[in-house]
Amino acid sequence: MIHFIVHDENDSVGVIVVEGITAGDTLEGWIMDQQKDIEVQAKDDIPIGHKLAITDLDKDDTVIKYGTDIGRVVAPISVGEHVHVHNVKTKRW
Amino acid sequence: MSLELSNATFMGYVRENGRVGVRNHVLILSVDDISNAAIQAVENNIKGTIAIPHPYGRLQFGADLELHFRTLIGTGSNPNVAAVVVVGIEEQWTQHVVDGIAATGKPVAGFGIEQHGDHDTIMRASAKAKEFVHWASTLQRDVRPISDLWVSTKCGESDTTSGLASNPAVGNMFDKLHEHGVTMVFGETTELTGGEHLVAERCKTPEIRDRFQFMFDRYQDVVEAHKTSDLSDSQPTKGNIAGGLTTIEEKALGNIQKIGRTAPVDGVLDKAEEPSGPGLWFMDSSSAAAEMVTLCAAAGFTVHMFTTGQGNVVGHPILPVIKTCANPRTVRTMGEHIDSDISGLLRKEMTMDEAGDALIEMTLQTASGRLTAAEVLGHREFVLTRLYESA
Repeated sequence: MIHFIVHDENDSVGVIVVEGITAGDTLEGWIMDQQKDIEVQAKDDIPIGHKLAITDLDKDDTVIKYGTDIGRVVAPISVGEHVHVHNVKTKRW
Repeated sequence: MSLELSNATFMGYVRENGRVGVRNHVLILSVDDISNAAIQAVENNIKGTIAIPHPYGRLQFGADLELHFRTLIGTGSNPNVAAVVVVGIEEQWTQHVVDGIAATGKPVAGFGIEQHGDHDTIMRASAKAKEFVHWASTLQRDVRPISDLWVSTKCGESDTTSGLASNPAVGNMFDKLHEHGVTMVFGETTELTGGEHLVAERCKTPEIRDRFQFMFDRYQDVVEAHKTSDLSDSQPTKGNIAGGLTTIEEKALGNIQKIGRTAPVDGVLDKAEEPSGPGLWFMDSSSAAAEMVTLCAAAGFTVHMFTTGQGNVVGHPILPVIKTCANPRTVRTMGEHIDSDISGLLRKEMTMDEAGDALIEMTLQTASGRLTAAEVLGHREFVLTRLYESA
């Protein structure tokens, strides 16, 4: 069963595609563009549609999704953590 | 095995100007806010008509007035409309809208309220509307090639599943339709922010790229001029954030999945401007669902493919809005709004190619007469874009 999907293997995040993920769950992931599997342990409860980190990220790092810049990190993030408005901000506007 | 499209057809209404409609509405259109009572009375009197009330049309001027007229005339001219009754407070502006629609060759009649009053106007407009309904109800659908389709797209209440699944499924559909001479449009200027370079790269010629970049930059200037701190209170929206989208860049990159991977951007349109040929067009437009859908209908598009993640419910009076969704929770909680459930994509039960085909099949069925969820549920949102204050 797939718990999360990653667009590209160079992305820093994946998207949870099932409901009810809680901290400690072992998650099976699928990298779409390269047709690869990946496994990550969830460190937070993460709702469906929300992102988890698949690489460690430091403050001011760029978050990559779709192989493209989607914003900057404002608080350090480790693999398996929830990635959202509390730790990532836009570089625009 | 992909859907074979070379001989694909749908059943449509051929209009006087050669365009093909997928609906057969008799429209009762108001020129201005204060004519809404009269057009709604006509709609109530004459079954089989549809009234489009709206809040504007007085003391607008310049480009804002031109856009108002272009939107009203474009809506009446849309091939999904068989005939139109126009009602306005003043004869002159009413006649301007009538003349614009009459250029298509379809039956249209106008009524000014001033010096007549509501009673007399409603009586005369109802008599004309009744005549139009009898006539329109005798028209028959004909078999038409897929190249007669004009398909618009927009996403709303998007979430990460939109960018993962439903938007690329539309992209898959658009790439396939592009090869068969279908006319298509996307827009949502501010919601390209962060992915605008990817759209620019897809523009067919340097001239088209320059025009796209000009429109994109102009909209950024509007944001800069009016923003308070940033746009994070409205872009991404609260619904987007609840759905997991974090920044405008992430939302934009998901959004532009709708234009597929191979089709070039063949041209750029102003708001409510009709494209001059087949292919994929970009329309400078708001990203608000009802505003954008209203501009697509006014530009002449006859079927709309709308993707949603968290569950947008928008419809339009004359443009059938097909909803597709890949978020299994939304399909479960708001299933009555979803025409095409492609949540199998996220379970690897469906390939992108199959999802694109499913959307093409739903588009052809809708074009041939299947009513969309939005039509059955009575969603008739008609929202005029305003450029600035009235005089």
